[in-house]
Amino acid sequence: MTLVISLTLFVLAVFLGVELITKVPPTLHTPLMSGSNAISGITLIGALVSAGADHRALTTWLGFAAVALATINVVGGFVVTNRMLAMFTTRKPKRPAAETEA
Amino acid sequence: MNRADFIELGYLVGASLFILGLKGLGRPRTARRGNLLGAAGMLVAILVTLIDQAIVSYWVLAAGLAVGSAIGVLLAVKVQMTSMPELVALFNGFGGAASVLVAGASFIEAVDLGLVDDQTSVAAAATAIIGAVTFTGSVVAFAKLRESLHWHGFAGIRIVNAVLALVSLGLAVMVVVDPGNTMWLWALVAVGAVLGLLVVVPIGGADMPVVIALLNSLSGLAASSTGFVLDNTLLIIAGALVGASGIILTQIMSVAMNRSALSVLFADAPSAGGGMDADEVYAGKITKTSAEEVAMILETANRVMIVPGYGLAVAQAQHAVSELAKLLEANDTEVVFAIHPVAGRMPGHMNVLLAEAEIDYEKLLEMDAANPTFAQTDVAIVLGANDVVNPSANTDPDSPIAGMPVLEVGDAQTVIVIKRSLSPGFAGIPNPLFAADNALMLFGDGKAAVTAINKALAEG
Repeated sequence: MTLVISLTLFVLAVFLGVELITKVPPTLHTPLMSGSNAISGITLIGALVSAGADHRALTTWLGFAAVALATINVVGGFVVTNRMLAMFTTRKPKRPAAETEA
Repeated sequence: MNRADFIELGYLVGASLFILGLKGLGRPRTARRGNLLGAAGMLVAILVTLIDQAIVSYWVLAAGLAVGSAIGVLLAVKVQMTSMPELVALFNGFGGAASVLVAGASFIEAVDLGLVDDQTSVAAAATAIIGAVTFTGSVVAFAKLRESLHWHGFAGIRIVNAVLALVSLGLAVMVVVDPGNTMWLWALVAVGAVLGLLVVVPIGGADMPVVIALLNSLSGLAASSTGFVLDNTLLIIAGALVGASGIILTQIMSVAMNRSALSVLFADAPSAGGGMDADEVYAGKITKTSAEEVAMILETANRVMIVPGYGLAVAQAQHAVSELAKLLEANDTEVVFAIHPVAGRMPGHMNVLLAEAEIDYEKLLEMDAANPTFAQTDVAIVLGANDVVNPSANTDPDSPIAGMPVLEVGDAQTVIVIKRSLSPGFAGIPNPLFAADNALMLFGDGKAAVTAINKALAEG
């Protein structure tokens, strides 16, 4: 893939991100941040390739640390966002909140 | 279809789920589903990546995933809602650190295999600096939010930062010019780490919402630039989405505080004092009240607006406030909450705290919706808020907060301010509201004061 295509994707995604987020009400800013934070843990897939390549010991260990850190970010981020959002449902018949999916 | 195409298609599915997820997060009704869609996108991305033929040692991955999941779930389930900003800061930092490690490992590998081109080296340098700043900056923000770090830096810290920024630029150039020597990259990471530390250290409590939003944005940009190193479309797209959303939130927070993000980062804190002297403002004009008197006033009120500030969270008073709202509603009083954008320590923090206390989000008014209705309000209760209700933002052009949007609680018939003392807020200035004719001060701990009002109401 050429640099130009990568840049195109980047710029279009930035515009899309701006459009998606501009309308979010303040009530949801905190869950939005923790949720988007979990998405930024997408580095994890890069980490998987690095750690799994077994190229040499150093990169494997760097990759292992990256996998662990990024997984904390991803799993923790989605779980805590879900926990927060469970509190935002309008209080009618209270459904049991499932706490741990990720 | 070959394997590479299959992986790319999987990433397309992942990216689409992220976009739908972020869209869902924009409305209370769909937010939970949006979050789950995001998580599903991540799962697809991970599974597809695991099929990648470059992966040979699965045990390392299994160990990393297991350790990370366990820690992540533990942190997410244990955290108190008042500590949410700390947790988000910490997660941000981990994301930044992971990006640095991935970019570093891939760069070393590319150097070994002689595959380094300009894109790889430029992107690796960008990731090193952005990721390192995100990591240490977030850790400092975490420590400051926990109030375990009180160091505000040293004289000339901004100059040191400017020098460090220049040095890191120079090192970034060296990474690109001399990619064979990976020491340049690690030196860049080290300088970036110090820079992230020193940039956040001088930033004080009130500016934290801006810092958190900005670090959130940076963690996205770090992921995106890692995507450029790896030529990975999903990293580029997902990182850009997060980077953009963080920038928007930074912008919203900055406007709410009447400061630009740049001035938060590079200018000194607003000078305390302004033109007013606390004794001059308060002398002889403060009217104290008691919980019993407040209860009597509330009993005859038709409309009550509660204005919570971070003090509410510190006092853990959200459940007592929820109880107060229920008591008043049982008495046919309309109760709404007016939320300033920077009422908590991160964007939207106060809404989460009130939601936890089972207060319906439909009763929470944003500043723009709340301000015109204070005039029709019988009683405004200011609880642990100070600068965000300071009328001098509108009346005194010399005030350090001049022009900052504030909640105009003074328009209400009676204002009850629950506060420990007359001490100033983060801006360090006196608040003429407390001396206003229609303002009554109830001094004390927020939770104890509200509980006392509840008791008086229940008995009355």
